[in-house]
Amino acid sequence: MTFHITVDGRPVPVVPGQSIGAALHAAGVRSWRTTRFGGRPRGLFCGIGVCFDCLISVNGRPPERACLLEAEPGDEVTTA
Amino acid sequence: MTGAPYDLVVVGGGPAGVAGALTAALAGLRVALLDSGARLGGQYFRHAAVPEREPGLDRFLLQARLLDGRADVLTRHQVWNVSREPGGDLTVHALTRDSSGERPVTLRARRLLIATGAHDRPLPFPGWDLPGVLTAGGAQALLKGGGVLAGRRVVISGTGPFLLPVASGLARAGAAVLGVYEANGGLGLARHPLLALGKAGEAAAYAAALARHRVPYRTRHAVIAAHGEREVEAVTVARLDPDWNVLSTRIVGCDTLAVGYGFVPQIELGTQLGCETRGDPDGSPVLRVDAAQRTSVPGVWAAGEPTGVAGWRQAEVEGRIAGRAIVGEARPIARRGPDGVLLRRRRQWRAFGEALQRAYPVRPGWQSWLRDDTLVCRCEEVPLARVREALELGATDARSVKLLARPGMGWCQGRVCGYAVSCLAGEAPRPPRRPVAQPVTLGALAEAAPEDSPDEAAQ
Repeated sequence: MTFHITVDGRPVPVVPGQSIGAALHAAGVRSWRTTRFGGRPRGLFCGIGVCFDCLISVNGRPPERACLLEAEPGDEVTTA
Repeated sequence: MTGAPYDLVVVGGGPAGVAGALTAALAGLRVALLDSGARLGGQYFRHAAVPEREPGLDRFLLQARLLDGRADVLTRHQVWNVSREPGGDLTVHALTRDSSGERPVTLRARRLLIATGAHDRPLPFPGWDLPGVLTAGGAQALLKGGGVLAGRRVVISGTGPFLLPVASGLARAGAAVLGVYEANGGLGLARHPLLALGKAGEAAAYAAALARHRVPYRTRHAVIAAHGEREVEAVTVARLDPDWNVLSTRIVGCDTLAVGYGFVPQIELGTQLGCETRGDPDGSPVLRVDAAQRTSVPGVWAAGEPTGVAGWRQAEVEGRIAGRAIVGEARPIARRGPDGVLLRRRRQWRAFGEALQRAYPVRPGWQSWLRDDTLVCRCEEVPLARVREALELGATDARSVKLLARPGMGWCQGRVCGYAVSCLAGEAPRPPRRPVAQPVTLGALAEAAPEDSPDEAAQ
């Protein structure tokens, strides 16, 4: 039933319907970018598309909100 | 853009939007409903592909099933602007994503129902931007939508009855909930305001769930700082006086913190169209509506939290009332008088919502939890010192603080820090001014311009 995405080349399991953010969180990955000025780690905060803390690049596309983006088989995620 | 306008476009697929859309669709109106999520439900009825059992969820899912096929249900659509055409119809601009990437979608509507819900209202405190610190709603969304526990050892803090379902949900799912710290109250669960509001059953169920999992519930306590290097590792829990000034503190080790201090109604589609607002009892700007849920702008209705935070039952009732009024306007021959039962329920739930807001206000002492280097705005990384500096330079309101120090100028457009910045500037939060409610690409903006729209020319 589960499938995998890769996070920096490492496979992470996904239950169909999970967001990229939920899959990362479940795998213990709780930050995936750093801030512009302070270089502070960021991951999920509001979890519902409001705060934009969880921006992430999937398949080389410009950053999107990991909490809203449903994971799809074969997605390749790069963290900062 | 499709040719004929919809009789009704509903924005938001939670209990208010689905009830409004279904009422209108059952009466034969041509209806479209847009929601940003992958499934209908909004925040309260967020559910996985195979839903858990939840009070009210069966009823909601039945309504959603009935709507499917009777209306155009567009999930994964984010509405970023609604504007009025010269002819009087409304244009709804949205973005959606499919295998080929993001693309703009434009709908025309004779009428609009704003049912966009609310989001958590966080307060800043030292360390609140550490990974592992989430909003209470964020922790709930992970659990309900993805079946994921926010953490193993979780502390919950903030104010309001919403902390209780978050705590019991996490505990049931196997997290060790180390404490629920409610900044207000002082009475404990045995005299919880839910009891006085005729919700004894609900209060008792939460109390039982917390007791079963041995979750401590402490009133007049709050987390005032989070600590850790790359993630949260511990929090400072403070005992508070009635104004939320700190009396004493202790450190609690944990891997996750969920915080929530009430809700911010999402009203920007209404303010884009010029709808009048009013202040909810907790100071939040909400859309002013009449007895039929009409806003001050003709053709625009609103239901649920954007008209005042009162929970999912009120949202459904308001959605149904709005739907009936919309049918009455679209089909004068089918017009029916107001439904007395709905009106009575709406009065009750409104009173309930307002009583809860009065029982769980945000008290000014939280400002004493901040240090000079505490980030107020997470997006632009604006610390308290820069906000204070702007105030000392002569800024007298949140807007001038924003112009001088940049809090609220980042990705979230002030949704997260707006309330705190208003408090720090000494004023009540003002209605948002966001002509573009979601980030859009220049390409999508260009396609949205009527003169550049190939579909428009083909009509």
